[in-house]
Amino acid sequence: MNFFTNLDFWFTVLRCTTPVLFATMAALIASQSGLLNLGLEGAMTIAALCGVLGSGFTGSLFVGAITGIAAGTVYTMLLAYFIQHFKANQVITGVALNLAAGGGSVFCLYSLTGDKNASNSLASAAFPALKIPVIDGIPGLGDILSGHNCLTYVAFLVAILLFIVLNKTDFGVHIRAVGESEEAARSVGINVEKVRYQAMFISGVLASLGGMYLSMGYVNRFTASMVAGRGYIALATNAMAAGSALLGMVSSILYGFGSGISIYLQNNNVDPYLITIIPYASIIVFYVIFSFYYKVKRRSEETL
Amino acid sequence: MKTAGKKKFEWYGIIRVTAAILISLFIAAAIIFVVADDPMTALYKFLLGPFSTKRNFFNVIETMIPLVFCGLAINVMHKSGLFSMAADSSFYFSGVVAASIAIACPMPNIVHQIVILAAAMAVGGLISVIPIFIKRKTGASEMVVSLMMNYIFFNFGYWLIRKNFLDPTNGSFSTPFQKTATLGKMIKGTNTHYGLLIMVAVVIFMWILMDKSKFGRELKLTGSNENFARYAGIKVTKVVFLSQLIGGMLAGLGGGVEMIGMYKKFQWITSVSYVWDGILINLLAGTRPLMIPVSAFFISYIRIGALVMSRGGDVDSEIVSIIQGIMILLIASERFLYQMKKRKEEREALQNQSLEAEGAN
Amino acid sequence: MGEEILRVEDLTKIYPGGVLANYNINFSVNKGEIHALVGENGAGKSTLMKMLYGIEEITSGKFYLYGKEVHFHSSKDAIAAGIGMVHQHMMLVPSLTVAENLVLGIEKKKGLFLDKKKAIEETEAISKKYNLYVEANKRVRDISIGMKQKLEILKTMYRGAKIIILDEPTAVLAPQETEELFEQLLNLKKEGYTILFISHKLQEVKYLCDRLTVLKDGRSIGTYNVADVTPEEISRLMVGRDVKLEYDKDEQEFGDRILTVDHLNYTDKFGTKKVDDLHFSLRAGEVLGIAGIEGNGQKEAMDILTGNLKAESGSILYRGKELTGMSITDNRKAGIAHVPEDRNLNGCAPEMSVRDNLIAASMDKFSSHSILNPAAIEDYCNTCVRDFRVKTAGLDTSIKSLSGGNVQKAIVAREFTAGADVIVLNQPTRGVDVGAMEFIHKKILEMRAEKKSLILVSADLAELRALSDRIIVFHKGKVAGVLDDISKVTEEELGLYMLGLKQDSDEKLKEA
Repeated sequence: MNFFTNLDFWFTVLRCTTPVLFATMAALIASQSGLLNLGLEGAMTIAALCGVLGSGFTGSLFVGAITGIAAGTVYTMLLAYFIQHFKANQVITGVALNLAAGGGSVFCLYSLTGDKNASNSLASAAFPALKIPVIDGIPGLGDILSGHNCLTYVAFLVAILLFIVLNKTDFGVHIRAVGESEEAARSVGINVEKVRYQAMFISGVLASLGGMYLSMGYVNRFTASMVAGRGYIALATNAMAAGSALLGMVSSILYGFGSGISIYLQNNNVDPYLITIIPYASIIVFYVIFSFYYKVKRRSEETL
Repeated sequence: MKTAGKKKFEWYGIIRVTAAILISLFIAAAIIFVVADDPMTALYKFLLGPFSTKRNFFNVIETMIPLVFCGLAINVMHKSGLFSMAADSSFYFSGVVAASIAIACPMPNIVHQIVILAAAMAVGGLISVIPIFIKRKTGASEMVVSLMMNYIFFNFGYWLIRKNFLDPTNGSFSTPFQKTATLGKMIKGTNTHYGLLIMVAVVIFMWILMDKSKFGRELKLTGSNENFARYAGIKVTKVVFLSQLIGGMLAGLGGGVEMIGMYKKFQWITSVSYVWDGILINLLAGTRPLMIPVSAFFISYIRIGALVMSRGGDVDSEIVSIIQGIMILLIASERFLYQMKKRKEEREALQNQSLEAEGAN
Repeated sequence: MGEEILRVEDLTKIYPGGVLANYNINFSVNKGEIHALVGENGAGKSTLMKMLYGIEEITSGKFYLYGKEVHFHSSKDAIAAGIGMVHQHMMLVPSLTVAENLVLGIEKKKGLFLDKKKAIEETEAISKKYNLYVEANKRVRDISIGMKQKLEILKTMYRGAKIIILDEPTAVLAPQETEELFEQLLNLKKEGYTILFISHKLQEVKYLCDRLTVLKDGRSIGTYNVADVTPEEISRLMVGRDVKLEYDKDEQEFGDRILTVDHLNYTDKFGTKKVDDLHFSLRAGEVLGIAGIEGNGQKEAMDILTGNLKAESGSILYRGKELTGMSITDNRKAGIAHVPEDRNLNGCAPEMSVRDNLIAASMDKFSSHSILNPAAIEDYCNTCVRDFRVKTAGLDTSIKSLSGGNVQKAIVAREFTAGADVIVLNQPTRGVDVGAMEFIHKKILEMRAEKKSLILVSADLAELRALSDRIIVFHKGKVAGVLDDISKVTEEELGLYMLGLKQDSDEKLKEA
């Protein structure tokens, strides 16, 4: 148990937190508007693939980033369209799109590059790592906080920004109003559908960033099941956040912690299949504890 | 008048499903035309490939077997109004259990298979009850918990196989099963095994259970309006638990049958997605158990078609996922082709109005 | 009175699923009047208002405002046209503050962020201007219902409404709050606002309104000057019958007390004592009426009696058997049937077929070894549909496509044929048409003639008087009065008990 004092370990925790933090924020803004974005998993997969393809074919990180975000966002908007316009069941729609994204990404990769399951033949770009000027110099803290991929910093900034938007701006208040009491929002003339499309748009962009971090951040290639359920984990971390972006940051770090442990153990020659369980199991445990806490809290409020 | 009302409703459902199938196949054809060098051959192989050889056709039948089990599992589990995907864990892990017994416990023929399948069923049932149990205790969403569980049981299951039965010459599969463990081949020259008979029996059982029995009706009422079900004296908690248990047992049995029917050693090195296909199969079947084999056959057919097409061709068989996704999307859309129904409903409402007005005067 | 500002012609609304809510509605409203829309529950008042406010799409018909035809696509259009609505169920966001709710959708900003200070100032200003007091800083989930309603009215003012629709505003208010509201509405009228007041309480309409339009079964019956019609006439128009229900009731010998409720207590999750040391009993073959203002514990007592709720303490003895603590299933097996208050929530599964709804509570009867017997079910359902005159296209039709009265007849059919000896009826004719009401009444008396015991909870005093052999009145979770001689009971007397102004002696209440 010496890894707690290991600076690399804490660095890894933040690294693992990043994609789930993006996804959690994506789930959060969707759920605050009253929609369940079950399509996160697929959006992340699609964005991860398209980012790699875009940058691989053009050699430009910028084009890759734009392609990835566009693909993930269009995918999410498609989900929103089916839910709102066709009144489709949100869960089933999410499942359907995730299935299509999972197989579709392999299909696209093969059709465009001839590669199966991993983009080995493409030289795709990656987002750069950043050293934070002052903090980098501080021993210990600098080792943990500085030198991350730039998307890691973006993720934490997004969480803070989202907290401000949801609480301090009219847009945020509209999102919350629509999510909490659709009829009330409608009755004062707020266009509920439009607000939800906007929320899902942002959700799509955030999920895409999370997906691209996986294929263009720490590594620069796409593999078929690289999202590995992070889109679903975000549903749990979002439920723990109970509407607060800052709490969402905490719950994402909890995941990052579990994930960090599993990576640490991997370096210590423990069977990879066994330790892959750790982040999932730990998030279930945390999620169940939080759910129970909220249940008890709700009950005690009711009896007041 | 009674039967007329019934038929009208069914027609609407049939037209919707047919339209969804046609649209998704059309999109698939469009994709094939874009991607393939020789689209006509590819399309031909996709649509008629399953009939090209005896082997291909029986491949459809073999692939259909696990799909039917999973479709039925989803049917009973989702009818309760819960959305748990725990059957996926049940299916995979029961396969692990079946393989373990098949390798490690020598037993006489027939007894061995029965023990394997019984164990697979029991394990599958137990696993699928976990999410609903956690939900009752803590309020955590059964969907989120079950989705996490699937990753856990896949990794845990495969780890168990690797730890205990790994074939070192291969590096990822297990050592072979005992001869007594496998279900025999039913049709010579194919892989179609006796699991087909078990499947038929299970379909009939589930048809009776869901459509003819008290339990099926109670489950339907619970899923439709839990408050009312409770008020009508139905033991809601018990019914919901049972539905998850039965669903898990079906998925577990499916996993066991697939494992000892199709394989001679454990080969599931990635998670298997049959239970996800079960969602589509259940939707296509209009959530009626008796229709599930039909829709499973259809899904199995397009899968094998895609496989035949991909062999030596330039169209990857994963195109099936896109087709399936689109089908689910369209069928799950309440408002897909709704205009057709809406106009009819409005006309009838006005007719009823004038009828009642006449009656009153 | 001023000129006509709002007019609808042949307005029709059909909901998805083929439910006809409004049919060829015609009426008009003049500037500066308080216009009442009256009708029974389910007459289509709320649907009509939602169409005028742009929330529900109009299926067919025309809607004129200031002489010009308008088409609203959302409430935004209605607000822009100067219409405001105060909904029956408050349309507020509970986690936002009063001020945030007031300005919701048209918030003022300071730079990028919300100007919360401005919102609070504006709230206080408008609150003062119209003399409607609200606390700007409080979260809506923490304020009283009366204040919520004031906030709703202020919201319409803040958005510049000239025509204000109030959907049954007094249903949720205490008497003092109602008075205060009326005063404020009359003030608004003086200032030139036009008010559409939806209600089924005739005294209120008589007191407050200038003209009224009667709706019945989704149709408009006509518009009248309030001064020209008596409450009895309005009532007759609303229900299409004389208010006095009279049935020939055979004299009947009552049997023993088969059900005795004693020292029953229940406190709800808000800490209100809903059932307080309750005592009453039921004799074989009688119809026991229960009167009381809603929320005085009738519903809770009936839910406990039928196993839907657990009592804190006390006993319910039924033929020497203790019922408290028994499950609904066991309760039903013991022979207690129940027509619940809210038919769509507890009384049926709207999406499911008439057949499944009819057999839901007695599936054991139609199955052997857990397998249902389709022939027996078919027979039973056809008998139910025929004997209880349930108008349906067939047994496979989903029950939600039936009219309210027919759904209720189906529910009554299910409960009356369950073979129970005690039948608890909670508001059995609420929101159903007259035909169905009379039919259900007839069936209740038939059950009485068969020596079944019935408990009838109803807000309709005429119904109670017409059917009951005995009436007990609930007040604050206790029985306040026992009335044995129905022929001598007047509605005024019942009212005194209901309001807690009259109370029988303890000795008499012990006899209840």
